[in-house]
Formats: sequence, C-alpha cells, structure tokens
Amino acid sequence: MFGAGGGTCSYREAEDADLLVLWGSNAREAHPIFFHHVLKGLRNGARMYAVDPRRTTSAQWADAWLGIHVGSDICLANAIGNEIIRAGLVNEEFIKRATTGFEQYAESVKPYTLERAERETGVPAELIRKLAHDYAKADRAQICWTLGITEHHNATDNVLALINLALLTGHVGRYGSGLVPLRGQNNVQGGGDMGAIPNKLPGFQDVESDEAARAKFEKAYEMTLPPKKGLHLSQMFEAMERGELTTAYVVGENPLRSEADTARARALLEGLEHLVVQDIFLTDTAEVADVVLPGTASWCEAEGTVTSSERRVQRVRKALQPPGGARDDIEIIAELARRLGTDWGSPTAEGLWNELRTLSPMHAGMSYQRLEELGGIQWPCPSTDHPGELFLHARLWEADPAKRGRPAPFFAVEQEDPLDELSAEFPLRLTTGRRLDSYNTGVQSGGYATPIRRPETLNLSPEDAARLGIVDGEKVKVSSRRGSLEAPVHVDPVLREGLAFMTLHFPEQVQTNILTLDAWDPKSGTAEFKATAIRVDKLGEPAPDTQEERPAEVGT
Amino acid sequence: MTAVFIDTPKRLVDVEIDGVAVRVPEGATLLDACRAQGVDTPTLCYLENLTPVNVCRVCVVEVEGSRTLVPACSRKAEPGMKVRTDSERVRTSRKMVLEFLASSADLSLASADVQRWIRSYGADPSRYGDPAPDHEAGARDAARPGEHEATSGSEAETVKQPVKYDNDSYVRDYSRCILCYKCVEACGEDAQNTFAIALAGRGFDARISTEFDVGLPDSACVYCGNCIGVCPTDALMPASEYHMRQNGTWDESRQTVTTTVCPYCGVGCNLDLHVQDNTIVKVTSPLESDVGHGHLCVKGRFGFEFVQNRATEE
Repeated sequence: MFGAGGGTCSYREAEDADLLVLWGSNAREAHPIFFHHVLKGLRNGARMYAVDPRRTTSAQWADAWLGIHVGSDICLANAIGNEIIRAGLVNEEFIKRATTGFEQYAESVKPYTLERAERETGVPAELIRKLAHDYAKADRAQICWTLGITEHHNATDNVLALINLALLTGHVGRYGSGLVPLRGQNNVQGGGDMGAIPNKLPGFQDVESDEAARAKFEKAYEMTLPPKKGLHLSQMFEAMERGELTTAYVVGENPLRSEADTARARALLEGLEHLVVQDIFLTDTAEVADVVLPGTASWCEAEGTVTSSERRVQRVRKALQPPGGARDDIEIIAELARRLGTDWGSPTAEGLWNELRTLSPMHAGMSYQRLEELGGIQWPCPSTDHPGELFLHARLWEADPAKRGRPAPFFAVEQEDPLDELSAEFPLRLTTGRRLDSYNTGVQSGGYATPIRRPETLNLSPEDAARLGIVDGEKVKVSSRRGSLEAPVHVDPVLREGLAFMTLHFPEQVQTNILTLDAWDPKSGTAEFKATAIRVDKLGEPAPDTQEERPAEVGT
Repeated sequence: MTAVFIDTPKRLVDVEIDGVAVRVPEGATLLDACRAQGVDTPTLCYLENLTPVNVCRVCVVEVEGSRTLVPACSRKAEPGMKVRTDSERVRTSRKMVLEFLASSADLSLASADVQRWIRSYGADPSRYGDPAPDHEAGARDAARPGEHEATSGSEAETVKQPVKYDNDSYVRDYSRCILCYKCVEACGEDAQNTFAIALAGRGFDARISTEFDVGLPDSACVYCGNCIGVCPTDALMPASEYHMRQNGTWDESRQTVTTTVCPYCGVGCNLDLHVQDNTIVKVTSPLESDVGHGHLCVKGRFGFEFVQNRATEE
C-alpha cells in the first residue's frame, strides 16, 4: 500500500484492537498462529466481523458473520464506505490532511446503497450498516484479508476498496489500526521485498520510474538494466500461448498443478522449447522439464532470510545436510552464471544479504547479527541503530506537512462480478480454500500423516445436496466450462445454498484446477481461483449436452 | 499525532528478597523478582506463555505478615513486601510437593532443573513404600468422584498406567502426568482455544481427559501439539520421539537444535529443529519468539517430514 507492499500492523496489535474485520480470510485454519493473536484480542474485548462466503471456523469466532456472495466484495466495501459517509462518521481531519481523491471516491460509492448491497451481496442491510458504524467508531480497528480478496480477476480493486475504508476512518498508521494482508506462503512477502515483482527492484524500488534507484543498481552490478518491467506469471503463460516466451526457469513452484486451468497450463509448459525446474521434489512440473536442478530446502538446509506477513525479516538456518546431488540455490544460480560467462565466485547468503543492504534502504540496518539479536526486524530499518517499525504510515498523522509526506490516495473502484458467470448450465459457485492440516498442492503437507486429514471432497451445502438428491460420500461428476472431474461429496453446513467448496491440496485425488478459470487480475496477475461456475451431476445419469463444454478430462 | 504505544511507563516497586532490596516494575510477580535477583525458584505449572494457575505450589515463598505461603509465580510484588525463599517452612513445603509428585508420577524425563530440585530439597519419593501395582488401561479414566478407595498405606499410590497411543502425531503417557494443567491451558484459553482436553475426576483420581474420554481422533483435538510444547514431564511426546525412545535410539547428546522459520504459511513462526543423525526428530518453538510465543500449528510441529522423505526418492 502507498508504495511498498506490506501489512501495516504487527500481529501483537490484534491483541489490543477494538474491532477486527476478517475479510476473505479463514485465519483459524490458514494462519493459525496469527489467529492466536486474534483470539487474545477477542479475550481482551475486541469484537470481530467475518466477511466470507463460508461460515468458516474463523467466522464461528466472530460476533457477526457476513455471508457474502463470492466476488461481491467491492459492492460490500463501497456500501460500507457510502454508509460511513452518509452517517457522518468519516475522519474529516485525517482525510483532509493525509489523503487525496476523497470527493471522487464519495461520488463513486453513492450508488452503493445498503439496499443494493443487500441485493447483490446477500448480506442483510442492517448488518452492513452495523459493520460500517462499528468500524468507523472503533478506536483501533483492523481489516485483515487473505486470498478471498486477492484470488479474483479484480484482486487489486478488491484491495483498494478495503484501503479506501481505512483512509475514510483513519484506521491506518496508528497502533492497533491498520490493513493486514496475511501472506499465504512463508516468504511470499520476502519475494516481493527482494524484487520478485515484474516492476520492482529489491526494496520496492520501481524499475521504470525510479531512475536514481536503477542507476544505483547499475553501478553496483556494473551493467545496464533494461528500464522495462517484466511479466507476471499469468502474462508469462499468455506469452507462451503467443509463442513469445519459449524458455522458462521455474524455481520452487509447481505451476502445472497450481495454475488455474490445468489442461492449458500443461499444454503450454509441455510446448516450451526449454524448461528448467529447480526444486526439492520431482514435481509434476519437473516431470515435464528438460533439465531438473535439485535444490535444497531453503528453511532447513540452507542459510538465508525470509519475511513474514508483519514485515519481519527472520533468519532461516541450515539444520540438515541436503540429500546427495542437491545444491544450495545460491550455488546453483552462481554456477549457472558461470556457465553463461559471468564469474560471481562463491557467494554466501550473508554476503548477498549485505549487498542487498547497500541497495535497498529499507533493509540497510538489518545485519545478520542484529537479526539474530532482535529475533528478526520489521522493515523499514534504514540504519543499524533503527529498531524496525511496529506499524507503517505513522507519518500520515504528522502535523508538519513535510514530515507527513505524500498523501495517500483514495481509488474509486467499481463492482465487477466474477468472470465465470453462473448460468442455468453451471448454476453453482465453486470457491477454493485451505484446510488446517494441508498446504497448497500438497507437495509439502502430503509428507506427514495426521488424524485430521480427510480426503478431497466437493463440499456442498445441505440444501443443494438435498435438491440434487446427493448423499454424503457419494461420488459425483463436477463440471465447469473448462473440464470435469469426479469427486466424492461432503455435505457441509458451513456452506450456504448455491456455494460449493474444494481445496487444491490433493491433485493426485482430485485435480481441482481442471475446473478453475485462468482469468487473472491485470494489475497483480493473480488468477481467479475463488469463483468458478460449476454444475454437479449424479454419476450414471447422462449429463445434458452443453455446447459450452470443452472435451472433458476426467481426473479421479 | 504520532505513533502511540499501548505500553505505558510503569512505576517501580521495591521489595526485599531474602533481606536484599530488589526493584521491579509494577505488575511483576515475586517469581520475576526472585529471578531478577538470581534466586533459583522451582516451578512446575508455571510457564512464561501461560497464565499462572497456581496448582503445583512448588514455587511458594514466605511473605512477612502472610498467614500462608504464597505462590511466587502469580503473586504480584507489592511495595515493602519482605519475602523469604529459603526458610525452613518454604524448604519443607517445596520438598513435600516434589516428593509427593515424584512418588506418584514418573518424573524421570522431567528437565534437569526438576531433577536438581528433587536433590537439593532432599525429596525422597521412595520413603512412601514400594509403588502400588500399575493401573490397567482405562481404569483411572473410569474412576467416578466419591468412589475412590484409599490404599492400605503400605505402598505408594501412583498414576502409573499404559501409554495412550491412538494417533500418528503424539502419545500421552499419563504415568508421567503431575496435573500441572499446562496442557489444558495451552489447548484452551491461553493459546489454541480448541478445548479438546480438561481436568476430569476428583482427588487422586483427577486426570487430564478428552470429552467423555474418547480417543484423540474422535476428540476436538487439531494436533497443534501445543500441549506437548508446555508439558514439563514429557507425559506428552511426539510419536517420533516416543518411537526412538522405545527403540533405544533417542540420544540428546547427539542432537543439535537449530532455530529457523516454518516453511508453510506467511506468519513466520520460529521452529527449533531437533536433529539427530541428519534427521529432524522433533520440532519445538522458542518461548521468547514474539511471533508465536512458543506455540505452533499442526503443520509447523508435525509437517516437516517432506524434507527427509525425498532422500530416497528418485
């Protein structure tokens, strides 16, 4: 937000908040230890609203659950904004001093009345009004979100809609108030910090617009950097489709399984002229690669750092000798450079980190020694006498305009429905999520046994199951516009009528991504895993012919 | 307005520990004061990341003017308090607590500190006679309040019973349980809020139990293992450690402990990897970590096996 992408709060602030809004986040299962802080907050008297299509185990702890229709988040957020403005609950002083674009925003949310929002989101108007008033009136309030917000074709707009609410009420830049995106993977924040974003250099320095930063990197690297942003993952797949991207070097990802629309992802990866996969496993993607480079498990077989959802940079350390043949990622990359004609010597994790500290001001003060002593440091940490920041954007509250700096802009955003439209043929909305015991495509979590793990199922609401005459455990055919598969049904009372749920954890059992749509958000490149239109048919009954359906690939 | 922190400056409180003046922040406990002074104070049911429940009474101290001994772990320091930690009364009380617990439960895997306290307080658990025969599986769990029959007194009553091993993740060896409640606290309000276990029964029949004594897989347990993390006697133990101990291969002298970060979600919990022969044999989390205060979820504590499954893979 406002330049550098990171959560504004620390976890401990949830313990002292007055109001927590979990929006599209099932933290109880997906971020259990963050939820411990939330629970402390609840014990300390905080109230909690949960905005989620499912009445998740997190929502079950909330004072109120807003069972929203999948993909109607902006409508709900704008209605909340409109109600806060209408009721005169905006923080005028903050808006005037620290923001821009309020007038335009206020105008844009006017059509989002409570009545319209009730109609379009499925949430009772009174509940929306209550959330709006409670959020605006709370002393310390946070909005926490996860992939329920970001795995949509308009992910960035969804996030902006939430940021607008924080700006409207001044719930940012103060202890206990803020915006908390919970990262799904242990170093997804660190990847962004290190410039693994198409338009950023390490430390969120813009590759196109920040010439001074680019010059600094060019000087350090003794080479010219193209002042042009790269492609994000979804664009890469499109470039493959156009035949423009012919070689891929995949490090620690399993796109063949994790990308939406598996059939397309497989065809494109197999169609590459050259595919290199560097991983600790022979993943499905590695299976189709030309070259596989066995890497080390970064969290226990190598030295380095990762960054958490509260911007805390922490050390990972080598506890195990990697299996024979596996090499440290740094060593592999340096060796690759050597083969390409550049000798970097034998760089170490700490050496590279210290190089980064000279180039990324927000990391400058984080020596390995300090990271060790302080149990990690939260960026920004510009100097070795700086303790790191508990929360971001305190500057917005400064009285002195010079200290306050650039104001935070409102962004007017409009509701857009999920691209995979519901129809008579595909009447059910399939959404995806994580289970407590499992993780992503199961490559890691499949390695351990636990009594709480259940096999993959298509979860249906009791109402839909009854209407379709399906009983718990019955195997059914699930179809989307892209493909179909068979899966057993679990009748799940946390789902409302019309909503179905699956995970991506067990591709060897059920390849959920055969169904999902690869439509992606043009601003962030995130695919819309959360909103697929499906139909469910009993097995043994001929499915009605549909012209929309592509040749089915049946995964069982 | 600039950054405002919740922590307000605290007043300082002057107390006297064994005749020595000690100054601690308001809100500090007598245990904090003792530790600040370097006074070795035994604790069993106390842990930094849990709310004190004052059940074990091994940390008791004598406060001038107080009729009874007070638990240092929860009693707040008050201005002018005069505290004795090494009086005859304190030593006797601590000795009796250690002696009773060590005679009724197996403390052989409790920490080196516990072993040291048993010695230094002169606790002699054997003086209550030979241990009574072990309880059969389920016998203690079936005990109803009011139906307890005292033994003849010629032998020492114990909680010894077969190990409960009903899942892949961890075992419950209640022969080692001293009813410190830490597991209940960690499963409940202090951390996990799952409430899979609670105290059942009364008096000597009291025990930690799932609801209706069902097996763990049928209970509310989510296998975070935060109960294991707080257990002071290893009554709760990861299955990986249990197997190695059974096979006689568990050897802490050959283990290293390395702190790293969990490979799963983006919360960034600290993991202490206990490694023996290049294999992770146990995962714990450091209490002092601000991220999780020693607590983990099922993936963090048990989800490590994938790194070592691959060595044999082609």
